[in-house]
Amino acid sequence: MKTIKVSVVTPDGPVYEADVEMVSAKAQSGELGILPGHIPMVTPLNIGAVRLKKGGNTELVAVSGGFLEVRPDQVTILAQAAEKAEDIDVERAKAAKERAERRLQSKQEDVDFKRAELALKRAINRLNVAGARD
Amino acid sequence: MASLRDIKTRINATKKTSQITKAMEMVSASKLNRAENNAKSFVPYMEKIQDVVASVALGSSNANHPMLVKRPVKKTGYLVITSDRGLAGAYNSNVLRTVYQTIQKRHKSTDEYAVIAIGRVGLSFFTKRNIPVVLNITGLPDQPSFADIKRIASQTVNMFADGTFDELYMYYNHYVSAIQQDVTEKKLLPLTDLAANKKLTSYEFEPSQEEILEVLLPQYAESLIYGALLDAKASEHAARMTAMKNATDNAKELIRTLTLSYNRARQAAITQEITEIVAGANALQ
Repeated sequence: MKTIKVSVVTPDGPVYEADVEMVSAKAQSGELGILPGHIPMVTPLNIGAVRLKKGGNTELVAVSGGFLEVRPDQVTILAQAAEKAEDIDVERAKAAKERAERRLQSKQEDVDFKRAELALKRAINRLNVAGARD
Repeated sequence: MASLRDIKTRINATKKTSQITKAMEMVSASKLNRAENNAKSFVPYMEKIQDVVASVALGSSNANHPMLVKRPVKKTGYLVITSDRGLAGAYNSNVLRTVYQTIQKRHKSTDEYAVIAIGRVGLSFFTKRNIPVVLNITGLPDQPSFADIKRIASQTVNMFADGTFDELYMYYNHYVSAIQQDVTEKKLLPLTDLAANKKLTSYEFEPSQEEILEVLLPQYAESLIYGALLDAKASEHAARMTAMKNATDNAKELIRTLTLSYNRARQAAITQEITEIVAGANALQ
């Protein structure tokens, strides 16, 4: 089967690099699947899981926004934060989720709801990705 | 001449100081090593995002995102990166002097500019001189991760987007080598110097070019800030290492001269004693 090179890169260094058969991600315009031979494309991603199919099994990477760039020979995901399922700190994600929920419910003027909502989304995404592994 | 005991105390004190500076030098050396690695692991991300930004922004001529367009300057922002602690030689003073002189030269009133301070030394420098500091962050770890400065970076970029600033400069020490760091001024926003070094890829845009720029450019500007911070951190450790090495060398030199005068004083004391004994014996004869 044909494969394509995928790399997930964050400011703190590369997170994932491998040749895979298919990449699927949640773009802002909807779910997106990329097979080898896709035309060059750029699209922003939502907070969500990126699924990488390789030899029958699927690996998950939690991505906090960012971009997907497709080139003839390579797919690059540029995100400000990304973790492989096994690298996720579940305790920290749980704490972040609770904190965000508390902030959303507090109904105070000084709370930045948009930020809290994004934080909640990121935490839920991490927990989902980490949970799917077990 | 100082007494034997005084000199001995000074020698001991200097020795202890030199032990401390030696230890600090070694700590900084290992931190520098890690900072260099951090900066290295950031390079692939930076190269990639630069590539994409150049391709997207220059790929078609009708890219008119506000972050790409120059506008009349009413207020200038200065992002200044310093360290939290001193004992780093001229590291902080070089940057702060450059910024201060630039501000004095370019602006007449405090309404025309504001400073964003990263690092405690810079923050106290500007507050003391009544220069407006709009944002600041102190207590960053020695090996900062992107999450540590995400907030201040996006706030800074937002201040440009909402018109608080019309242009934004960054000042920091650029790391050249372990013994050389240069103060660098970099224009962060608007992004005018997008240079394509490789051939541009023509992309499909999903959903549209404008919407992609909307997300891509802030992310790009934020990563520029992070890149500058990593660069500055490496410089900081290098500067501290050099400063501590000089301190250790100076202490050694001081110990050498002190030991010399200690020995002289001791010899003088012995000679004097002998003279006294001989004189006493002669008087008895």
